Amino acid sequence: MTLIKDILNPESKKPTRDGFGKALLELGEENPNIWVLTADVSESTRTHWFAEKFPKRFVQVGVAEQNMAGVAAGIAACDKTVFISAFGAFSPGRNWDQIRVSICYNNSNVKIHASHTGLTVGPDGATHQALEDIAIVRSLPNITILAPADYEQALKATKAAAKIKTPCYIRTSREKLPVFTTKETPFEIGKANVYRDGKDVAIFAHGITVYYALVAAELLKKKGIDAAVIDCHTIKPIDEVTIIKYAKQCGLIVSVDDHQVIGGLGSTIAEVVVEKCPCPVKRHGIYDHFCESGDANELLKKYVLDADGIAQTVEQSMKMKK
Amino acid sequence: MKKITNTKQLNLIANTIRQDVVKMLYEAKSGHSAGSIGLADIFTALYFNVLYHDSKKPDWEGRDRFVLSNGHVCPVLYAALANAGYFPKQELMTLRKLGSRLQGHPHRGLVPGIETSSGPLGQGLSQAVGMALVGKAEGKRWRVYCMISDGEQQEGQSWEAAMLASKYKLGNLTAIMDRNNIQIDGYTEEVMPLEPLAEKYRAFGWNVMDVDGHNIKKIIDACEESKAVYERPTLIIAHTIPGKAVSFMEQRFEWHGKPPSKEQSEKAIEELETMRKMIEEEEQ
Repeated sequence: MTLIKDILNPESKKPTRDGFGKALLELGEENPNIWVLTADVSESTRTHWFAEKFPKRFVQVGVAEQNMAGVAAGIAACDKTVFISAFGAFSPGRNWDQIRVSICYNNSNVKIHASHTGLTVGPDGATHQALEDIAIVRSLPNITILAPADYEQALKATKAAAKIKTPCYIRTSREKLPVFTTKETPFEIGKANVYRDGKDVAIFAHGITVYYALVAAELLKKKGIDAAVIDCHTIKPIDEVTIIKYAKQCGLIVSVDDHQVIGGLGSTIAEVVVEKCPCPVKRHGIYDHFCESGDANELLKKYVLDADGIAQTVEQSMKMKK
Repeated sequence: MKKITNTKQLNLIANTIRQDVVKMLYEAKSGHSAGSIGLADIFTALYFNVLYHDSKKPDWEGRDRFVLSNGHVCPVLYAALANAGYFPKQELMTLRKLGSRLQGHPHRGLVPGIETSSGPLGQGLSQAVGMALVGKAEGKRWRVYCMISDGEQQEGQSWEAAMLASKYKLGNLTAIMDRNNIQIDGYTEEVMPLEPLAEKYRAFGWNVMDVDGHNIKKIIDACEESKAVYERPTLIIAHTIPGKAVSFMEQRFEWHGKPPSKEQSEKAIEELETMRKMIEEEEQ
């Protein structure tokens, strides 16, 4: 699959939230039925670019995430495609019931965008680090969950979300990340991207950890471990075909979640594997605890989610293979 | 649909809706009696006079939007819709049963005429505000009406929605509050005092009116008056008697969330039939 030439030396670094904001701007130009709402975080979520250009289709709801979700459902009921945008800790964190009934039960054309998800919110600390969002959203019927890995993919994911007429959750992050996919890298909802084939172990990652997993695979190669790296940008509906293929091919899966191990991608994969083709699965991520303030990179290192940490986890997990 | 202006005719429709609701709840063996019966006059005013709508074209773009926020009173919504011709009346007796389109709390897309799914309190006004935002931004002629309950004002989301409606000067939005003073656990002012409701909404920038929720003509007039206010949303506080016209249910919070037994439903129908005869004998 097409990626930049030198994975270890990416030319640019941009946050995924920027890809989301850019896509909204392009969607706004293309489609007069796109509406955007935010809850007092327009600059942080990059919805201010849309707001400046299309003020009549932008609604500032103030610090009121529950109302935002409901208002969005009402706008969507008038044949609009609506994006709501806030920090993951508050949307879907604060407004889960409104997402459940006003959006999902109505099967509304509302896209819930969360920026600032995961550990790399950094200095703001545990209250603002949305590490449970996938778990709470994943159990809702009718919703699609996308967790783009870099700027380019966030742009594509946002545009793809606008094409489906049903609820969607888009998970992005605050920190600048290497842009390692290209305009040509495919993106299809529900189809995981295999960036690197391998025979010893399959690393499934989503969001910011995909890049670190790719770097980890390089480190593992030096140790004689041939790791496949799969970008599971769609967490729901999960790509069962690819999971089963790699469970059989490698006999060991390591999932990497910038999220609690409970209810994240790892849980999703484990559910597929136990039912369809049992094999050991190491669920790596945040192990059922709150984290703390710190610089994003320091936190990734401390919680073993940087490239070294992932490589080390995979290496230790090799003994799980039968 | 043609607007009915004859008061006697409207009162007879309200009586029919009350009888339908009693029968539906008896058949269902569960559901919310007091609020549903108490709202028959308001729903008659809405579906037979106030709303611009067409039961044969439920998705007509030019229709007024009606959002039911307190979804638990859906028996009265279903009865009003069926009597207005949205679906066959015999279907009313399937309420809450397996395979029915008439869910215990309304679900959009199942029966024609349901704009939103509702149940968890406090969510309807937000959705109505969303619709009104689109109507206003696009200069639509249709209005948005939203039925809210008094008890659900205890949900913070209600006030978030009230703030936003005021911020965007949604003159195309009319909320009607069923001020029946009861909720599941007791009288609202004992469970969690709500008053002064009118002053609270006024402080939030709304145009507020009080109306007798059992006087159909006055309900219609209040809705008409709300159309004349351009720069503010309107709240009509409709003072109602829970279980109105069924003597043993009136004013009793115990009837918030339960259905009548066989004997009780027979008694209720008997009372409503007596009332019907009185309406029929009234001079126009």
